[in-house]
Order: sequence, then structure tokens, then C-alpha cells
Amino acid sequence: MACLVLSGSLLWPVILKKDIKMDVLAIIGAFITLIGSIFMVLGALGLVRMPDVFNRIQTGTKASTLGTILSLLGLALIVPSWSGKLISFILFVGLTNPVSSHVLARAAHHLKIPMSVSDRTVTDKLSEYYNNNPKEVEE
Amino acid sequence: MVNTILTIAGALMLVAILLSLYRFLKGPTTADKVVAFDVMTVSSSAILVLLGYYSNRYIYLDVALVYGLLSFIGVIIVARYIEKGY
Repeated sequence: MACLVLSGSLLWPVILKKDIKMDVLAIIGAFITLIGSIFMVLGALGLVRMPDVFNRIQTGTKASTLGTILSLLGLALIVPSWSGKLISFILFVGLTNPVSSHVLARAAHHLKIPMSVSDRTVTDKLSEYYNNNPKEVEE
Repeated sequence: MVNTILTIAGALMLVAILLSLYRFLKGPTTADKVVAFDVMTVSSSAILVLLGYYSNRYIYLDVALVYGLLSFIGVIIVARYIEKGY
């Protein structure tokens, strides 16, 4: 046991040598950025391929939010001295992007845009809610 | 190695912007266009951060932050306008 602890403490300076650690962190961050950009491409592809406004809102904003968060996180691993502002940017994107997609879906529902061409979008909870509570329908 | 992977990531973000530009030009309703605008601005703010890494300037993060804020306010304004008219 003591031998293990001693060898571990002797190995620490080798493992935690600054250049090696920064290199490994930078490569991991680059791969996380790559994964985030792949999520962005998939979200934009869903934006092209989806049949309906609501499906497009869902796939576009969710996937692009996750992609932006992942790519900024990877960049914060690559450049650790920028991580404060990058983390505040991540919090900003995570707060504002779902809000804008929610407001947009509400406006699209208010415009009575038809759900889907081939009837693959079935559930409409907001209309059911308005039918059950007629007082809460906004003018 | 890191710079190569980041270049590939930036190219993929550009592909995402082009795909959503197709929906922005073609989209049948206003909501489609606004969603495409939202995705475009979010992807391009990530590209701005990458450009800040390439040219090694800390101030580009502020540019990306203000850009994201303005795109958020624009989407909210258009959505409120097409929902209620004010």
C-alpha cells in the first residue's frame, strides 16, 4: 500500500506535467467542438427535411442549442483562460433559445398553420386546453 | 491536430448555415422563415467564437454575445408581431 502511494506520488509530476495535460485537454475539446458542429448540421438538415412548422421548430432549435453549447464547451477546454465568458455565453444560449422557440411555436399555433400534410402530427394539447377552458383564450 | 479538427467543425457549421438558408428562402410560412433565421444566427455566433479563436482575440466573444442577444430580440419581436399585432 505504501509502495503504491509512493509510486503514485512519484508519478504525479509526470502525469500532470503542464504541456501534456494541456495537449490532451485541447484534443478532447476539439473533438467536443466537432460533435457540436455535427449536431448543428443535423438540426439544419431536420429544418430542411421536416414536414411541418412545429416539427421544424422542435428539431431546429433543440439540436442547434445542443450543438452551440457543445462547441462552446469544447472551445472552453481548448482555451481555458476564456472559459469564464464562454460559460456565460453557454448560459445565455441555454436561457434564450428555448424561450424564442416557445414564443415562435405559440405564434404559429395562433396563426392556425395546419399541422402536417400527411397527418403525421397528431397531438394538439394547446387546442384541447383552450377547448376545456374557454375563458383563457386570449384575444 | 486541434486546428485541423476546428477547421472541419467550422466547415460543418457553414454547411448548417447553408441548409437553413435554403429553408429561409423557400419556407412556406413566416414561422418557417423565422425559425431558419434563428438557427442561422445561432450557428453563425458559434462561427464568430471560432474566428475569435483563430485570430486569438478575446474581444470577438463580446461580438458573438451581442449578436446572439440581437437575434433573440429579433425573433421575439417578430413572433409577438405575428401573434398579436403589436
